[in-house]
Amino acid sequence: MSGILNSSIARKFAMALSAFFLMFFLLQHFVINVTSIFPNNGATFNKLSHFMGTNALIQYALQPVLIFGVVFHFVMGFVLEIKNNNARAIKYAKNNGAANSTWMSRNMIWTGMAILAFIVLHFIDFWFPEINTKFIQGDWSGMHDGQLRYFHELQEKFVNPARVGAYIVAFVFLALHLLHGFDSAFQSVGANNKYTKGLKTFGKLYAILIPLGFIVIALFHHFNH
Amino acid sequence: MNLTLKIWRQKDSKSKGQMVDYKVTDISEHMSFLEMMDVLNEQLVNTGEEPVAFDHDCREGICGMCSMYINGEAHGPDRGVTTCQLHMRMFKDGDTITIEPFRAKAFPVIKDLVVDRSSFERIQQAGGFISVNTSGNTQDANAIPISKHAADEAMDAAACIGCGACVATCKNSSAMLFVGAKVSQYALLPQGQVEAADRVLNMVAQMDAEGFGNCTNTGACEIECPKGISLENIARMNREYLSASLKG
Repeated sequence: MSGILNSSIARKFAMALSAFFLMFFLLQHFVINVTSIFPNNGATFNKLSHFMGTNALIQYALQPVLIFGVVFHFVMGFVLEIKNNNARAIKYAKNNGAANSTWMSRNMIWTGMAILAFIVLHFIDFWFPEINTKFIQGDWSGMHDGQLRYFHELQEKFVNPARVGAYIVAFVFLALHLLHGFDSAFQSVGANNKYTKGLKTFGKLYAILIPLGFIVIALFHHFNH
Repeated sequence: MNLTLKIWRQKDSKSKGQMVDYKVTDISEHMSFLEMMDVLNEQLVNTGEEPVAFDHDCREGICGMCSMYINGEAHGPDRGVTTCQLHMRMFKDGDTITIEPFRAKAFPVIKDLVVDRSSFERIQQAGGFISVNTSGNTQDANAIPISKHAADEAMDAAACIGCGACVATCKNSSAMLFVGAKVSQYALLPQGQVEAADRVLNMVAQMDAEGFGNCTNTGACEIECPKGISLENIARMNREYLSASLKG
């Protein structure tokens, strides 16, 4: 892999491909989470979560790809940051970055690190317990007290206001990361043409609405439990 | 107007440099930035000090030699101009102006504000050309049909003067706008398409070997480019590179 990724353009392309995959994953995660606020006491959310959590294709094929995509995106992000810092040994005494670029584009590493911290929290909250239940304890039933457990677990997590606050802050960082990342991924794969303007508008909507949606869902469960 | 200048002084490529303060007085707002530097240098020579070394040649925005980083921006605060085209009317009486060389590992400082940009030359030599038979039966270029759209886009890309402002302004010291423009100006024309795959692979390999950083699409290069070279050229280079890589 290191051979293929020796080229700066190949690295850009690889970053963009992992970004596309993660943005698609984010969208499907959002769509499933939205069902948790449906007025059917989590019935749809439970069904979808159980399907996602027990389907062999998702668990044994897509989940490893997702983990690889997440790890690759972060590792490559750090590698690029180090390489790029090394490309300018002496920094400018005065640099007016705001004159020619957005704050988001200049701080992807910091917004990315905030998202990484959130993913660790999110994994501790949901993913590690899930892996423990299924792969260590061997319980694939998805049941607790005679009913599917996913909706109840979700509600429990959003009782604590500190956790809700942390999630909201993380989603703001996610929005900032996506505000540059969405367009940037398309530019990296060479898509800069007559559709770019429309794509940028769509990207801004995606970058704001998806994290905002996650915030609304977190607040909904916090105030409706 | 009276100004305070904070200028990077460095004796030679091996010495450690530092910012040094100077005062200049009675600067006309109609002067170009380089004329203001000439006034400073005259002042320094008259007092027996070493004048500030800076690159310049045509002084009309064509040669790409002038290369100062002024108040945190390549070629200063104006848009679509090189340092030689920057006028003192962009500044106010009493201003402090910070002047630094273009900074990048691939652009080492030679002296004061003069940097070595021969890495750009080596990238050009790696593929920034077309091979033409000059034995006497060369085909008339006007006989080859080229669409107006392609000709315009190639001309826009060819407007790059290789000054290095893109590298200087990029937070990653990436040279992709320069290389993208050079790849594009040939790739868009039939004469350049014959060697297009080798060209992009070789130029990008040389760019990477020179130690330029990786583009993260901030778009700062496009804003600071004195010739308005568009980011579309980087996207085109990416397409050309991926296509050439797949062909093997």
